[in-house]
Amino acid sequence: MEHDLPVVDVHGVGKSFGAVNALKDAHLVVQPGECVGLVGHNGAGKSTLMNILSGVLSPDSGTISFAGQATTPRYGVAEAKQFGLRCVFQELSLCPNLTVGENARITHPQIRGFGWRNQASELITTWLDEIFPDSGIKGDDVVGDLTIARRQMVEISRAFSSLDEQVRLVILDEPTSSLDKISADQLLAFVKKFTAQGGSVILISHMLREVLGTSDRIVVMRDGTMVADDATANFDRDRLVREMGSVLAQDAEESTTAKARSDTNRVIHIPATDGIELDVFQGEIVGFAGIAGQGQTEKLIDIFDASNGKANAVQIDSEAAFVAGDRQAAGVFPGWSIEKNISIASVRTMVHRYLIDPVQEIGISKEWKERLGIRTDDLSNNILSLSGGNQQKVLFARALGSPAQIVLMDDPMRGVDIGTKQDVYAILKQEAENGRSFVWYTTEMDELKHCDYVYVFRDGEAVAELPSHKVTEANILNASFDPATAA
Amino acid sequence: MSRFLTVNTMRTLLPALSLAAILAAIFYLQPRTMSYFGLNLLLNLAIPIALATIAQMFILCVNDLDLSLGAFVSLTACITATWLYDTPVLGVLALAGCVLAYAALGALIHLRNLPSIVVTLGMSFVWVGVAVLILPTPGGKAPEWIRALMTLKPALIPFPIIAAVVIAIIVHFGLMKSAAGVVLRGAGGNPLSVERAGWSLLRIKVTMYALSGFFGVLSGMALVGLTTSADANIAERYTLLSIAGAILGGSQFVGGRVSPIGAVIGAVTLLLTGSFLSFLRLNPDWQIGAQGAILILVLALRVLIDRSDKRS
Repeated sequence: MEHDLPVVDVHGVGKSFGAVNALKDAHLVVQPGECVGLVGHNGAGKSTLMNILSGVLSPDSGTISFAGQATTPRYGVAEAKQFGLRCVFQELSLCPNLTVGENARITHPQIRGFGWRNQASELITTWLDEIFPDSGIKGDDVVGDLTIARRQMVEISRAFSSLDEQVRLVILDEPTSSLDKISADQLLAFVKKFTAQGGSVILISHMLREVLGTSDRIVVMRDGTMVADDATANFDRDRLVREMGSVLAQDAEESTTAKARSDTNRVIHIPATDGIELDVFQGEIVGFAGIAGQGQTEKLIDIFDASNGKANAVQIDSEAAFVAGDRQAAGVFPGWSIEKNISIASVRTMVHRYLIDPVQEIGISKEWKERLGIRTDDLSNNILSLSGGNQQKVLFARALGSPAQIVLMDDPMRGVDIGTKQDVYAILKQEAENGRSFVWYTTEMDELKHCDYVYVFRDGEAVAELPSHKVTEANILNASFDPATAA
Repeated sequence: MSRFLTVNTMRTLLPALSLAAILAAIFYLQPRTMSYFGLNLLLNLAIPIALATIAQMFILCVNDLDLSLGAFVSLTACITATWLYDTPVLGVLALAGCVLAYAALGALIHLRNLPSIVVTLGMSFVWVGVAVLILPTPGGKAPEWIRALMTLKPALIPFPIIAAVVIAIIVHFGLMKSAAGVVLRGAGGNPLSVERAGWSLLRIKVTMYALSGFFGVLSGMALVGLTTSADANIAERYTLLSIAGAILGGSQFVGGRVSPIGAVIGAVTLLLTGSFLSFLRLNPDWQIGAQGAILILVLALRVLIDRSDKRS
């Protein structure tokens, strides 16, 4: 097998989005009949690499070759398909309005003419039976009516299915994220069978147990580059977690011990369902951590809903303000001035004889412009005249200027420069000392160091509570993966 | 809920049931409509409206909305009543040009990523303007063969019913059953995945707009065949009627969920609500409002069905 050309050879590939280097000098070789596990924490560059391989993105530098043949500069989705490369993307890519069989036809243009419907239906059900026996999915089921788990099964089966072309390499990006244990095991067993027959698989997963149990070789990514590449036999869970974290950085510097908690000034309490219970006390900065998309944002929204009087499991008495991370979708009012964008959360306090008091309105905006250092000459300018970082400051000003004593932050520092971050951190500390409470979901390890307590999320639940002196990358990674709890 | 009365079948049956209900009400109020002649009279105008509704449905299928359809049908009616009557070659070329113009609009909307509502709203004024230039005052004449086709009197079943069924079946097979139709509908459901599978979204959009233009042209021709003359605002109401008809028939504004059979049924139902309200001797001033109320009623029923789906 050593003499065979590698199925794919990624050599020195780099890709940046603006100032962010998503990938630097990435190397990856996959041999025929090999299952390569790819692991790494949030933003390590796994998804970028997969998008480049599948032709969705084009690399800034480096070369990619398939079976020794270098790709052309115009390499795209169609060419990737021709090489026999298939992808199962993390966000599902089926058409929900079509049936299972019709979705198979979308990726197999050669199914056509009289009787195509039966042919497509038969193809997809054959592969469904092969990978997930007894799934009970029929060719004429409409995808939108299926559960997420079943859609995932269809998506996976469709990627492996073939008529006359050869499927050489299948990239599975978190394929088991919505499958139950039995289906996940069926898939992993099939992956072994598929590789035994000469096919190759790249398995991206944060379920380390699956990666260790299935792949022949594991590649660890961190900060856009490969930091470890070794046979699976040489890895264990501890080594993987160690490699994913930054080995050089900190961990030695034990920060101050957390403030003692007393029951008298608790402001939020969420009883445990599957995980552990979650508390926020007055004057605390509480962090939400873990792999992205493990229910942190949903929990913040639950808290926010509860503060607005909706009945759910969250116990909260005071008002809360929300700082959105997605500025464009849920943050700024694009047609409005900076001043109005800041004061919108506080209108109720500014009402004077049924009208908004303009003096107070300007007052709030001016105060927070000074305190946060929003760079503008004129607060009546349109919000979009500000840079991204300053727009984000406006969102902070809106929340901090409001009367709310609890501020919920949904990864608010995405794409914000370091200077702005330092300004905001300082203000948060100051406001917390004045008695405000912050709940802060962040995907950046450094930011968690500003928190008094950190809750690590997995599968929609908080599973570990770390007081500030135990907030280390190792502890968080350890709690993020697999049930064995850290600390 | 029994096995046969699932949410899905109820959703599919709702348009047909509303049609049956309104038809029953009409028969009850005016038993004389329950005859060959009565049905012919009642359903005469169903053909152009059904064609326009199908045209709108193609646009809805790719998550767009056409606010110029009424003006466009008026224009094609004017061309049919003048050029197609006087100089058939010029008429055919002009109507083919209309279809091409629609295809070009689809390309423009896709390439420049423009909102279809804005583009079609703007174009509606262009269509009316051109129609006024072609036919400044109401008039013109229907070409003989169209007139003959629209006034056909087949034995047993009135022509409008046959035409509606034929239209529904042809489009149903083309869009819902054919291999090519799957790709067209997939582009409404998840454009990204259709593109990743190697299909051109531009070609899909152009195809859908061209099909819409084609059915718009047919609608204008059918309308002239019935009215024997045209004017520049003859089909003004078709824009909203076609949207309401398609939605009533089970299509949705987004997600590529459409139903050609439903669209035809929806169009006929809407037409019949007008007659139903006349038979009730309702003041014409109130008729449009009452039509709206019926529409809201049926859509509310659909929401209730969907809700019960979520709950179970």
